[in-house]
Amino acid sequence: MIDAASVKSMPWGMWTRQALAVARLELLRSFRQRRGWLILAAMPVVVTAGHSVIASTGHWSCSIGLDTRVFAAIFQFLILRFVIFFGCAGIFTTAFRGDTSEKTLHYYFLTPMRREVLAAGKYLAYEATALIVFAGGAALSYFLITLHFGAAHWEHMLRGTGLYEMAWYTLVAALACIGYGAIFLLVGLWYKNPMIAVAAVMVWENINPFLPTLLKRFSVIFYLKGLSPVDVPMTGSLSLIEVLSNPTPAYLAIPGLLILSTVVLFLACRSARDMEVSYGE
Amino acid sequence: MSAHTPPPDSGARIVFDNVSRFYGEVLGVNRVRLSIPPGITSLVGPNGSGKTTLMNLMCGLIRPNKGTITVNGISTDDPERLFHQVGYCTQVDAFPRGLSGWQFIYSYLLCHGYSPAEAHARAEASLRKLDMLEASERAVAGFSKGMRQRIKLAQAISHDPRVMVLDEPLNGLDPMARAELIALFREWGAEGRHVIVSSHILHEVDEISDQVILLSHGYVVAEGQIQGVRSEVSDQPMQILVRCDRPHVLAARLFEKDHVVEGKLQDDRTLLVRTRDADRFYLNLNDVILESGLQVDTVAPHDEDVNSVYQYLIGEGSTT
Ligand SMILES: Nc1ncnc2c1ncn2[C@@H]1O[C@H](COP(=O)(O)OP(=O)(O)OP(=O)(O)O)[C@@H](O)[C@H]1O
Ligand SMILES: [Mg+2]
Repeated sequence: MIDAASVKSMPWGMWTRQALAVARLELLRSFRQRRGWLILAAMPVVVTAGHSVIASTGHWSCSIGLDTRVFAAIFQFLILRFVIFFGCAGIFTTAFRGDTSEKTLHYYFLTPMRREVLAAGKYLAYEATALIVFAGGAALSYFLITLHFGAAHWEHMLRGTGLYEMAWYTLVAALACIGYGAIFLLVGLWYKNPMIAVAAVMVWENINPFLPTLLKRFSVIFYLKGLSPVDVPMTGSLSLIEVLSNPTPAYLAIPGLLILSTVVLFLACRSARDMEVSYGE
Repeated sequence: MSAHTPPPDSGARIVFDNVSRFYGEVLGVNRVRLSIPPGITSLVGPNGSGKTTLMNLMCGLIRPNKGTITVNGISTDDPERLFHQVGYCTQVDAFPRGLSGWQFIYSYLLCHGYSPAEAHARAEASLRKLDMLEASERAVAGFSKGMRQRIKLAQAISHDPRVMVLDEPLNGLDPMARAELIALFREWGAEGRHVIVSSHILHEVDEISDQVILLSHGYVVAEGQIQGVRSEVSDQPMQILVRCDRPHVLAARLFEKDHVVEGKLQDDRTLLVRTRDADRFYLNLNDVILESGLQVDTVAPHDEDVNSVYQYLIGEGSTT
């Protein structure tokens, strides 16, 4: 049995140091190789910046209220379901797979480090990257969409609801990175070819409104969609989704998502533990 | 080698207790019992004989399907203790992309849990030992084959392990570099460390080895000091491969014979027989063909049976 005393006597200091060492090395390596996700992260920024540029020429009639509602839709459909989803898929599925194809995983496996610590260190490194790039990107694109209003923009940001909304979007984007990061770390460990699994996760996330209540909870989007600070303008078939889903309140959704992520991370650690180094012939 | 007495298990030994490892259907190593004392031990065998498999097992990179392995009393499933003792320089010629030699060694030392200052000191010491300190500022990607071999070795020993497992460390090195490395192995061996070195050429390592383990097709065919190994090998069974239409019928008939040590169905047309008496095997085979009308395609000594391995490793003229 695991009791509090034995948990306390575990070498947490050493584990933390090792996890940080892994994270450091992963960041050192990843900034030299994988840059594809930067293009993904730039998409919403380009869209909202473009909007501001065109709107400032006076060709569009918009208002701050309209722009923030449009942003709510951009956030739900472009940022959450596309940019963060595929960005995290790209980053986290290669966390171990990348080392295997590079044939360098054994260097980690030959250090006096628990595999759980290795998985945690990798998750930490890629989570830091995802948070800066995707959550930061969400905040920046929110900031940019109303920029063209000039003084009114600053009024909205500083005295209106702007800062509050931006903080919420950043938080939701961060939660999405945490959840999808954990899921795709696991997917990368479980499947040799993660593409099919990524597609399966995508389908699962999108049929979420139609699932029975219990199954809904095993999905990231279930926790996130109710957290938007501004309602998404729904028309036609999209409104059906809205009717079917009654959003979870934030005080349940945030711990719910964190619990889901922890469980998934636990499974990832288990499967890292069972892993063998075999680079094939 | 009796089948039932467990190998002696004292503290400073690498012990394989009846270890088998398969890759799906493919045999990696089979029923290995070893107890390796400190000093220089060479694992010798031709390509595919199981040297790397044995080393990967020893370092917990793969797990046995059967049996257990301990290194100085530590289970290979306990990385937190094992890798304070063990350093493994693999055969894989790959490095994390984009790192300099120094970053490569220093970064993994941090993963060991050393403080930055200690990692720094250890990286410097091991690079100096392998004469790579000056080159270490450069990217590993630009290193020559010999330099890559040395930086890999420097990485494997950077935490000063008691057990050094080195897979074909002399491969691709010029005579000078070989001599330097061999001197290092001797130094480590004399310090009472385990130095496990693999090679497919016996005469490359027999001079320096305290003991030799000969491998063939996943079996340990001989073990001990080089003289003992020579006589042991010549008593070993030989392997014969038979392709025919009903190998199971043949197998059933051959198992009755006492000179047949083992029969293994390779696929539905192939039987691999290990026999102590090849002449009697051929006579028995003829009987079976006559009695059961077996259709035989080919009968051939398995391309590298133990005797030919022996010839290959030890060289002609030295047969006792
Ligand atoms: N990952 C793997 N998947 C399938 N078969 C494997 C794998 N690794 C090794 N084998 C098989 O196991 C057997 C032993 O291989 P091993 O690599 O241990 O030999 P080796 O003595 O190190 O050979 P070499 O001198 O070429 O390095 C071979 O038949 C090989 O094909
Ligand atoms: Mg090998």
